[in-house]
Amino acid sequence: MIEWADQIFVLLKREILLLVPVALQPLASILLSVGPIMGVFATLFAATTVLERKGLGRIQNRLGPNRVGPFGLLQPLADGIKAIIKEDVVPYRTDRVLHTLAPILIMVAALLAYSVLPLGRNMVALDLDAGVLFFFAAGATTELAIFMAGWSSRNKYALLGAMRAIAQMISYEIPLILSTVGVLMAAGTLSTTGIVEAQSGYSGLFPNWYVLTPWGFAGFFLFLIAATAEANRSPFDLPEGESELVAGYFTEYSGFKFAMFFFGEYLGLFAANALAITLFLGGWNAPLQILDWVPSYLWFFAKLLFLIGLSIWVRGTTPRLRADQLMNFAWKFMLPMSLVNILASGLWRFTGDGVLGWLVCGSLVAGSYYALGLNLAPKNAVTKRIYRFAT
Amino acid sequence: MSSSNLQLEAPLDPAFKVERRTATGRGDLLEVSMGPQHPSTHGVFRMDVVLDGERVTKLKPVFGYLHRNHEKIAENTTYLGSMPYTDRLDYFCSLTNNWAYALTVEKLAGLQPPERAEYIRVITAEFTRLQNHVCLIGFLLQDMGASGTPLMYAFREREAILDLFESLTGARMMCNYMRFGGCRVDLPSGWLDQASKVVDRFPRFLDEFDRLISGNEILAARTQGVGVLPRELAVSASVTGPVLRASGVNYDIRKVDKYGIYDRFSFRVPLGDHGDVYDRYMVRVLEMHESLAILKSALRDIPPGPIMDPKAKLRSFKPKAGEAYGRIESAKGELGFYVISDGSANPYRYRVRPPSLINLTVLEDMCVGHTVADAVIILGSIDIVLGEVDR
Repeated sequence: MIEWADQIFVLLKREILLLVPVALQPLASILLSVGPIMGVFATLFAATTVLERKGLGRIQNRLGPNRVGPFGLLQPLADGIKAIIKEDVVPYRTDRVLHTLAPILIMVAALLAYSVLPLGRNMVALDLDAGVLFFFAAGATTELAIFMAGWSSRNKYALLGAMRAIAQMISYEIPLILSTVGVLMAAGTLSTTGIVEAQSGYSGLFPNWYVLTPWGFAGFFLFLIAATAEANRSPFDLPEGESELVAGYFTEYSGFKFAMFFFGEYLGLFAANALAITLFLGGWNAPLQILDWVPSYLWFFAKLLFLIGLSIWVRGTTPRLRADQLMNFAWKFMLPMSLVNILASGLWRFTGDGVLGWLVCGSLVAGSYYALGLNLAPKNAVTKRIYRFAT
Repeated sequence: MSSSNLQLEAPLDPAFKVERRTATGRGDLLEVSMGPQHPSTHGVFRMDVVLDGERVTKLKPVFGYLHRNHEKIAENTTYLGSMPYTDRLDYFCSLTNNWAYALTVEKLAGLQPPERAEYIRVITAEFTRLQNHVCLIGFLLQDMGASGTPLMYAFREREAILDLFESLTGARMMCNYMRFGGCRVDLPSGWLDQASKVVDRFPRFLDEFDRLISGNEILAARTQGVGVLPRELAVSASVTGPVLRASGVNYDIRKVDKYGIYDRFSFRVPLGDHGDVYDRYMVRVLEMHESLAILKSALRDIPPGPIMDPKAKLRSFKPKAGEAYGRIESAKGELGFYVISDGSANPYRYRVRPPSLINLTVLEDMCVGHTVADAVIILGSIDIVLGEVDR
């Protein structure tokens, strides 16, 4: 029974495939993987827009959308209809081909990444041996789309936004990838399912997730921060920077093209969070052994929703960084920290997960965090001030 | 398309000559017209900025888009007739605008408002200051990219104060409340208790706001050392208000002129030492605490009595020939009115000294060398209202 609930979608696919002629089975198999992924994540996107607006609303003492449907739950539908029927304005003397291609490309790039993400036990579209590498390669394509959008719009805000986006995304790609190296070394594989399986099982009460090791803990947060920057989310939303650059690289997009950018961006966010779950939070594994009976895909989506909630919370409460501070943070803190983290994960292999391991790796990570943090803060830049009063 | 006579490549303003090459000679400067439609120019204000990458090398403020011929209209209207127009100068602070104009004409006509009217004026003016500052810091953080959370918190408090204004004057923003020699209507019953409740509640909000954002490291990193206004420049450019006090100059017209009954209240004037955006932010926060102290004692001490000078007459009001300059410390700085009377029912000359406009003259000095993102928050920290700048 438990097994059946866990594998229901896998079994369903197998049964449907048996109904299809043998010659068409590979094609049907692809469709049966791609269709549900697109459907599920499009729904999640719609749900997240409501969740984000409601969540931000609650943070800001507002109600958020509450007019369309019960509790405003049909708001994304209304938004979608509005986006479709809106006039698609293409500004004068833009590069029309690139201008149209950019929002398509950003969606394609974001969707490609989903092919290697394990959404549950045996639920991965493409179990590549180099799955993590494929993920980063596909994810890096979004930079191209953003630059295409910024360049082809023939708008100075768009150009500035694209310039910021390229600088930011290339800078954060490095710590993003380096922070996963520890996991890859510990799991000994680049396959996403292999990494999740390496984190299955429990030692005592705790699961064998990589986030519960000193280097994994640091790596998880490094990854999450870099992924937030990659997804252009607050506090790293400089490429959009609505108070400075109007809307950044998609200033000149309207109607459905704008919606596609929006969609692509959220897909990117989900993909990055899903990879964080796969690499550090044990993928589909249950956090406690006694909860093992809950279907694996539910665990995956529960973790995904938790991380989405976290990013909404961060968005509601932080101001934006400035471009140079962002770069400083990437190159002076994130990069050395992720390099130290690789060293710590290597040491962990020799010291084991006992007291010695925690002492050596933990102090290495914590010490470098402290030292780099001191180094990052420019002298006299951030100070507590005391104010004079004249009577 | 080349046949089009649209000249997209033409410079924005022929008088605004710029070097096309960067200082290093390796690229072109980018000339961006920020505004008049821009999310964070606080109205229809335009900044022509010349950018070297993201760094501002030249900035020209352009205003006048909201020019409404206020001064000429006032010269063709009766003295009282232009009182409602003064509401529309700085539409955040209509009550202080009223007061400044009433003060000037009272000087001209030799009227003396009774005690109760003076108290009401102080109370409404300090409430105006509170709601102006609270909005300003909300907008400033919004410009910094804080997703609207501080702004919504600020607007929640502003609502309470606007409700007070509504029950007193009948309007939330365009109050049109002061008259020459007093006030239009007396306080409605229960107003003082309601006002006391707002005053008692306010420190809680300020503490909450402090906890939410004032200690935020991103805020400090974004604002400290940014947009420094040196003391000498501030004085020689005749900058006034919190911007001047943040540069360390002890100049508050409430203390200097002691107009109205400000000599009866003990309050302190917070002064900054650095003159940067952070100081301007904090000076306003601290000023709110002082305003609360004034409000507390004013609400406690307000005497019963008439609210109009018996000598004042509303109809056929013709002050004797002469001239007067009245000034008050509005939330933004020295708000002055200069009125010349030729003995007729209309002023012969009517002139407003708008603090926003004069504080704006130092914008370029503060912005050059900083990035676009900084230019936006520097503009936000000056606290301009285009109704007052353009008149």
